[in-house]
Amino acid sequence: MSILIDRHTRLIVQGITGRDGGFHTQQMIAYGTRVVAGVTPGRGGEKVHGVPVFDSVAEAIAETKANTSVIYVPAPFATDAVYEAADAGVGLIVCITEGIPVRDAMGAWHHVAALRDAAAVRAGAPANARRNWDSGAGRPRLIGPNCPGLISPGQSKVGILPGQICAPGPVGLESRSGTLTYEVVAQLTHAGLGQSTCIGIGGDPIIGTSFVDTLELFEADPATEAIVLIGEIGGSDEEEAAQFIRRRVRKPVVAFIAGQTAPPGKRMGHAGAIISGGSGTAAEKMAAFAAVGVPVARIPSEIPGLIAEALERRRPRGRRSEAPARRENGRNAAKARRPAKAARPARAGAGRNGNKGSRKPAGRSGTRAARAR
Amino acid sequence: MNLHEYQGRELFARHGIPVLPGQVAATAEEARDIAETMGSTVVIKAQVLVGGRGKAGGVKLASTPDEAYARARDILALTIKGLPVHKVLVAQAATITREMYVAIVLDRAKKLPLIMLSAEGGVEIEEVARTAPERITRRHIPLDGLRAYQARALFQPLLEDGPLVQQAADILLRLWAVYRDGDCSLAEINPLVVTGEGKVMALDAKVIVDDNAEYRHREWATWRDPAEESPSARKARERGLSYVKLDGDIGCVVHGPGLAMATMDLIKHYGGEPANFLDIGGSSNPEKVTAALEIITGDSRDASGASRVRAIFFNIFGGITRCDDVARGIVQSLAQNPLPVPLVIRLTGTNEAAARKILSEAGLSATTSMDEGVRDVIARGQEVTA
Repeated sequence: MSILIDRHTRLIVQGITGRDGGFHTQQMIAYGTRVVAGVTPGRGGEKVHGVPVFDSVAEAIAETKANTSVIYVPAPFATDAVYEAADAGVGLIVCITEGIPVRDAMGAWHHVAALRDAAAVRAGAPANARRNWDSGAGRPRLIGPNCPGLISPGQSKVGILPGQICAPGPVGLESRSGTLTYEVVAQLTHAGLGQSTCIGIGGDPIIGTSFVDTLELFEADPATEAIVLIGEIGGSDEEEAAQFIRRRVRKPVVAFIAGQTAPPGKRMGHAGAIISGGSGTAAEKMAAFAAVGVPVARIPSEIPGLIAEALERRRPRGRRSEAPARRENGRNAAKARRPAKAARPARAGAGRNGNKGSRKPAGRSGTRAARAR
Repeated sequence: MNLHEYQGRELFARHGIPVLPGQVAATAEEARDIAETMGSTVVIKAQVLVGGRGKAGGVKLASTPDEAYARARDILALTIKGLPVHKVLVAQAATITREMYVAIVLDRAKKLPLIMLSAEGGVEIEEVARTAPERITRRHIPLDGLRAYQARALFQPLLEDGPLVQQAADILLRLWAVYRDGDCSLAEINPLVVTGEGKVMALDAKVIVDDNAEYRHREWATWRDPAEESPSARKARERGLSYVKLDGDIGCVVHGPGLAMATMDLIKHYGGEPANFLDIGGSSNPEKVTAALEIITGDSRDASGASRVRAIFFNIFGGITRCDDVARGIVQSLAQNPLPVPLVIRLTGTNEAAARKILSEAGLSATTSMDEGVRDVIARGQEVTA
C-alpha cells in the first residue's frame, strides 16, 4: 500500500510535448508508471515515447480512463491546466511547474476545493469530513505547484523524483523541498529504511496539499509505520502540522526544518521560504514540534537514526496481541508500557508512539529487501 | 520584490489613493529645489528597503528649503541597518489628528488576502501584534473581492464620523485594487492619517510584489533599483542563480533551495559560518559554475580587497541532474578560472562513478557524504587562516 499513487495509477502528462514533459515521461515509464496519455492543445494525434497525445484532458480521459495528471506546462499557462484537469474529472493533479503567480495559484486552489466540497455534499459526507474527503474522479486533489511530485517505490512515480534512490518500505515522507528530499530519501534507503510514499508538497506560499493533509493520509495508510516531515522557513504549515499530530496522529513522526541560518526578509530560493515580520523562523517551527513530542533532527543525517528508533519502539516483540488502546487512554497506557523510553526528554509528554493493536506489520519485507541491496 | 516608498506612492496615486505631493531626490540640492517649489514645511524620508527608518534618524522635518538641504544631506550620508541611503523622498508635511494602520497581506493558511486594520498607526505592526494583538482587526477578502459595505463596516468602529468612514473605506477599496491588479503580496499604509483639514490620506506606502508575476508587469523591470542591488546580486539574477549573501566565510554552491538551506545549517552545525545561500539549479553548464564561484569569492571582500571566503563547498545531489555533467562543468570552469581558495566537492547520485572519474583525471576528488564534505571544507578554511 501507499498513499495517492500506486499500481492502479493511470497518468496523463499535461505538456508532454515540451522538453521537461517529454524527458520525465520517459523517466516515469522507465520506472514503471502507467503513462496512458499526454495532452498538448493542438498536438492531438501525435505520440511521445509511445504515449498518445490528445488536445484536451477530457478527450484523454474518455479514451484512456486516466485518473491522475501531472503538469509540466510553463507558468503562465499552468493554472489553466489545473482548472482543465479538475473540470475534466481527474482525481489527483500534480503540478510540477515553478513560478506560478500567487494570485493564480489561489484561484486554482479554491476551484479545486469547491469541486471537492460539492462532491462531498452530493455524496452526503458529514460536514466535518468534507475538507479532507477522499479524492477521486470529480473530487480532485491538487499537489503543488512548484513541487517534485511523489513516488510510491516499486509501484509508480509521478513527477521528477529520481526513482533509483528509493526502496519500498514503511516510512512515509513529506517535504516542502526537492533535492533535500532526495538527500533524506537516499539516507533512509542507505540505512535500510524503505518508503511507502515520498511526496514533495511544494515550495510556494499557496500549495494544494499541506502537511496536515499528507499526515492524515499517512496516518490512515496501513503500509506506513513512521513519518518523516521535512519543513522549511516561511508560513505556518509546520506549526499547524504539529497541532494536528498532537490531536490526530498516532504513528511516530520525525521532523527536520531547513533554514535555521536563513536571514529574515530574504527569499531563500523557494517563493514560500521567507521569514517575514519575524515569523516563520526555523526555531519557532522546531519548538512547535518539540512541544508536541515530535523529535526534531538537527541535521539531515540524524533522521534515519530517529526513524529507526521510532520503528523499534513501535514494534516491541511479543506485544502484537494487545488490544487497541482508546485514544484518551493512549497516553497513560503508553507511558506505563515503556517507562524507560517514554522518559526520553525529546519525547516527553508524547506518549503517542504506537499501541495501535490493529496495526499490520506491513512493509517489513520491503525493509529487508532494501537492506539486501 | 520590495518597492521603495516613492514607487509605492506612485502606484497608490495612480489608483486614486490620496497622498501628499512629494518627489524623490538623489542629492541635497535636488531636495532643496523640491522644498522650494512646495513652499511649505516638508518631511524628508530616507528611501531604503527596511523598517524603522524614523528611529534610525532617516525621517526629518524641514521648514525652509535650506533646512531641507541640510536634513537631506545628513540623511543621504546615513546607512540604515546596513543599507546606504541613495535617495530621499521630499513630501509636503501634514498636520495629523489621527494615525491608523491598514494593510492587505496574503494569508497562506486560508489561501485568501487578509485585511489588517489597527487604530495604532505609525508604529511597527509587529510591535502592536506582540503587545496589543486585540487592537488589530483581521478580515479576509472573499474570492470575488471586497465590497464597499465591508470596507465601511471595518472603519465604522474606528472613525465613527460618517464622511471620514466614507473616505477611509474608499481608500481601502482602492488599496484592494492595487493589491489585486498589481500582483502584490503586501500593500500597506502605515500610517493612514486623518489630517487637520479632515482628510484621510496615505502617509507612507509599503508594497511587496510577487516576483512570479513579473512576466505580466513590464514596468517592474524599471522599478528595480540598480543602486540597491549589489553587482554580485545582479549577476546572480541575470544568470538565473538564486543567491543571498551572508556574513560567514564558508561559501557554498548547491543544487536546490531546500538542500542549499540545509547545507548552510550544516556548516553552522559543525562550527563554521556560511558565506551565502546559492542555488545553482539543475544546470551543469561551465558558465553557470564559473559565475557561481565568482559571485561567492567576489562578494565578501575585506578592506584590503582580499576575499573573506576561505573555502567553498560544492554540494550536488544528482537526481535528474547528472553528476558527470556537473563534474565536467566544474573541471572546465576551474581550468579557465583557477579558484583562489580550496574547493571541497560532494557529488552523489546519478552517474556518480563517471563523475568521480572526470574529477580524478583533473586532479580533483569528491566525497559522497554531505556531513563529511562540510567538516572537510571547514577544516580547509581553517588551514587557510593558519
